[in-house]
Amino acid sequence: MTNQEKYDQCFIDSFNAHEDQLKGLEYQSSPLWDSMGHMQLISALEEQFDIMMETDDIVDLSSYKRGMSILAEKYDVQF
Amino acid sequence: MSNSKLLDGKIALVSGCNRGIGRAILHTFLENGAIVYAIARTHGSLNDFESCPNCKPTYMDVTDSSAVKSIFMRIKKEQGRLDVLVNNAGMMKDALIGMISKEQIEQTYSVNVFAVIEMIQYASKFFKRQQSGVIINLASIMGVNGNPGQLLYSSTKGAIVTLTKSAAKELAPYKIRVNAIAPGAIDTDMLRSIGEDNVSKLLKNIYSGKLGVAEDVAKTALFLASDLSEYVTGQIIGVDGGMIV
Ligand SMILES: NC(=O)c1ccc[n+]([C@@H]2O[C@H](COP(=O)([O-])OP(=O)(O)OC[C@H]3O[C@@H](n4cnc5c(N)ncnc54)[C@H](OP(=O)(O)O)[C@@H]3O)[C@@H](O)[C@H]2O)c1
Repeated sequence: MTNQEKYDQCFIDSFNAHEDQLKGLEYQSSPLWDSMGHMQLISALEEQFDIMMETDDIVDLSSYKRGMSILAEKYDVQF
Repeated sequence: MSNSKLLDGKIALVSGCNRGIGRAILHTFLENGAIVYAIARTHGSLNDFESCPNCKPTYMDVTDSSAVKSIFMRIKKEQGRLDVLVNNAGMMKDALIGMISKEQIEQTYSVNVFAVIEMIQYASKFFKRQQSGVIINLASIMGVNGNPGQLLYSSTKGAIVTLTKSAAKELAPYKIRVNAIAPGAIDTDMLRSIGEDNVSKLLKNIYSGKLGVAEDVAKTALFLASDLSEYVTGQIIGVDGGMIV
């Protein structure tokens, strides 16, 4: 699996999302992406990429797109 | 029932291990089979544990966020799991209300509260994934009842009381238990720092007529860390020999 596929899978699993919805996903834009869902997503990302995210980044991860730049800039995940 | 190895194979992280209550907790956990990542600030202050393979000295300041992250990363790498977190490191500087400096407030809150929250944040990542884990915080009888000259210290420990209860409620669905110990007067450097006269005054308010020792607290931590307390969460357990404040 590529990093992109792994990243997408975290969103699909956490929010029951379809692939074509991913790019537009934002925090609290879907009923499942509430604060509980957010922590589930973080846990999935940490597991998938073997990282431990800092709280500021967890709070800052407000959309599908923003998440990719945080992972790339701070956690060395190449997309 | 034998209770000699209550923590067999458990991985624990304990702060403030070089002296006082933390040191007693370190001893007790090691005696009971745990592998302990022991936090201390001064390099070499845990050298006497060198011959103990289950003691993993970790020299760091609990207010250093990057060091906090690093220790959790190290545990993840070396053990792949964490079972018990004990937030023991703490500081106390007494002052009357008009004499508490902003710097003192920031320093005391950084050690006694902010660092504790950060440790809980990282530990709960492990615990949620595992669907198990124990957090033990060191509160104080002063954090429950308050005391003249201790507005600052008691308020940080009061924060520990309520954050323990909130965390216990939030984390219970993940099978994570969170409790606090509220010691009374335990004979350590911290207690002795108030001066012999004040210690004598305190003694008059303890029905059992004696100060506690660090091991009294360590034994309670052992109970809370072990499966003996499987159904105990959100509790503030006094270890005070019947002390009145
Ligand atoms: N003794 C009592 O009667 C009593 C009563 C109620 C509650 N408590 C609580 O029990 C806990 C332990 O108390 P104690 O009596 O054992 O105190 P202590 O003898 O003063 O020891 C405090 C420990 O915390 C460590 N520490 C302080 N600031 C730190 C920091 N920024 N980073 C890392 N470590 C740090 C100290 O390390 P250094 O040696 O490097 O300073 C030391 O190991 C504290 O949370 C205290 O508030 C104690």
